Amino acid sequence: MKLKGKVWKFGDHVNTDLIIPARYINSSDPAFLAVHCMEDADPDFIKKMCPGDIVVAGENFGCGSSREHAPIALKAAGVACVIARGFARIFYRSSFNMGLPIFESKTLCDLVQEGDEIEVDGDAGVITISGKEAGPIKIEPIPPFMQELVAAGGIMPYLVKKRSRG
Amino acid sequence: MGMTITEKILAEHGGLKEVHPGMLINARVDIALGHDVTAPIAIGEFKKAGGHKVFDRNKIVLVADHFTPNKDIQSAQQVRIMRDFAKEHKISHYFEGGDAGVCHVLLPEQGIALPGDLIIGADSHTCTYGALGSFATGVGSSDLAAAMLTGELWFKVPETMKIVFHGKLNKWVSGKDLILYVIGQIGVDGATYKAMEFTGETLGELTMADRFTMANMVIEAGAKNGIFVPDETTREYVQSRAEREYTFHESDPDANYASILEIDVSKIEPQVAFPPLPSNVRGLSKVGSIKIDQVVIGSCTNGRIEDLRLAAQVLKGKQAAPYVRLIIIPTTPDVYRTAMSEGLFDIFLDAKAIISPPTCGPCLGGHMGILADGERAVATTNRNFIGRMGHPGSEVYLANPAIAAATAVLGRIAGPDELKGVHKI
Repeated sequence: MKLKGKVWKFGDHVNTDLIIPARYINSSDPAFLAVHCMEDADPDFIKKMCPGDIVVAGENFGCGSSREHAPIALKAAGVACVIARGFARIFYRSSFNMGLPIFESKTLCDLVQEGDEIEVDGDAGVITISGKEAGPIKIEPIPPFMQELVAAGGIMPYLVKKRSRG
Repeated sequence: MGMTITEKILAEHGGLKEVHPGMLINARVDIALGHDVTAPIAIGEFKKAGGHKVFDRNKIVLVADHFTPNKDIQSAQQVRIMRDFAKEHKISHYFEGGDAGVCHVLLPEQGIALPGDLIIGADSHTCTYGALGSFATGVGSSDLAAAMLTGELWFKVPETMKIVFHGKLNKWVSGKDLILYVIGQIGVDGATYKAMEFTGETLGELTMADRFTMANMVIEAGAKNGIFVPDETTREYVQSRAEREYTFHESDPDANYASILEIDVSKIEPQVAFPPLPSNVRGLSKVGSIKIDQVVIGSCTNGRIEDLRLAAQVLKGKQAAPYVRLIIIPTTPDVYRTAMSEGLFDIFLDAKAIISPPTCGPCLGGHMGILADGERAVATTNRNFIGRMGHPGSEVYLANPAIAAATAVLGRIAGPDELKGVHKI
């Protein structure tokens, strides 16, 4: 998987209330959720970003509520992937389950500026920042089982495939 | 090498003799829970994958509790998706209307969540049931869909962090204060991916309500699950409620722990978590003068009958300060009826409180008490994130029900000892 996009930077502990505030989760319509993506972290995020852009954050991204509306909102807004120093575990599971690409990098957050363009090579496990000396930056390897989920397109397609194999 | 209680429950449900931290296992699920926010997405995924039949209609629990009584058309549509699914699949544990309560209080109360169970729920506070000595963890909607279809789910066996409590509790200090203190010590990601096992002589003194409160908030430290080894208090609570057989497990003496944290509770005073993180805690004596606009007593964290009794002790013969809204939410029909029959409602009404029907409501900024820009609330809930209870410019402070009640009377964050004639029973 290769992705190229502009970086939007956020800090540590970006919780799912910031990613999609509870006042909008009386709906599960991805298009509606996308309009309010990251609203309480940056009210203009959705106006400024373009599909294909990349969210970069610090520790514990996606902490708090289990609402899958959070990865759904990011995906539906067109965020190509999220790269954080670390993820909260429910968000981590859900992203793989519903097909939002996420990567862990211990250093990217410190090396990249908002607005930089980066290229993520998921297969080689490296990130490069366009026009910068730094790099390539290492991505933490995706565990083999999670790779299977990604290849299948998420947990439900994975199960369907597994069950049909008998 | 011995196993922890968490490892034992995972091994048993995975059909394995033993498991070790880091192992990826496929395990049988005893209870799969969803509610009106998360179940509709799970139901959509279930159908999209061609699901026609749930794995066991008795092991799926669906509760309409978040935006209920339905706050608007969109919420009503979500509940309808869940209701239609429950009807179609004859889900035996479907709760709505006058049957429904806040799920994490309701399931143990109704004897649905039991010791030794493996429970998953599409709600981050599913970890509450660990208080019973079960393995319980929050997942997303897709995981719930997978569990509803197959009755199984994959788990990475977590490392366990042991937290040992010694000493005697100070006045007005409860389970809420112990867990807030721990989160303050280790941070909001201090237990990420880990099991938190609570132990030590102090825990024998704690009621089930206190234990539920503590297990409930382990997610606020990032933990996968929180767990208590069941004892006589647990047995007393479950034996009259259990709808089926249950198992008591305990950790082996030679079990392996990633870390051990020893806490002397005699040094802990009531805790208040300042916005915007549950780890941002201060002892009550170091809070200073903080004026508040609203107090909420309720939620899966502190909305049990014991919590309401404590609030009533403090509020008896007193009134909420001018311009302060005091909202009290009994979390289940049973809690509601008990509070009413014990006369707590009279105390609350005399104190100018609003008594809400059972709902998660304002805890997540859903409805029933939303804050305006710049307003401050003290809540017995679990999260004080930016905008959690309403406008992004509002603030939430977390505390136990006694502090919340005293705060309502004084109009600023305060403890019951500042009120005349209040004595802890």
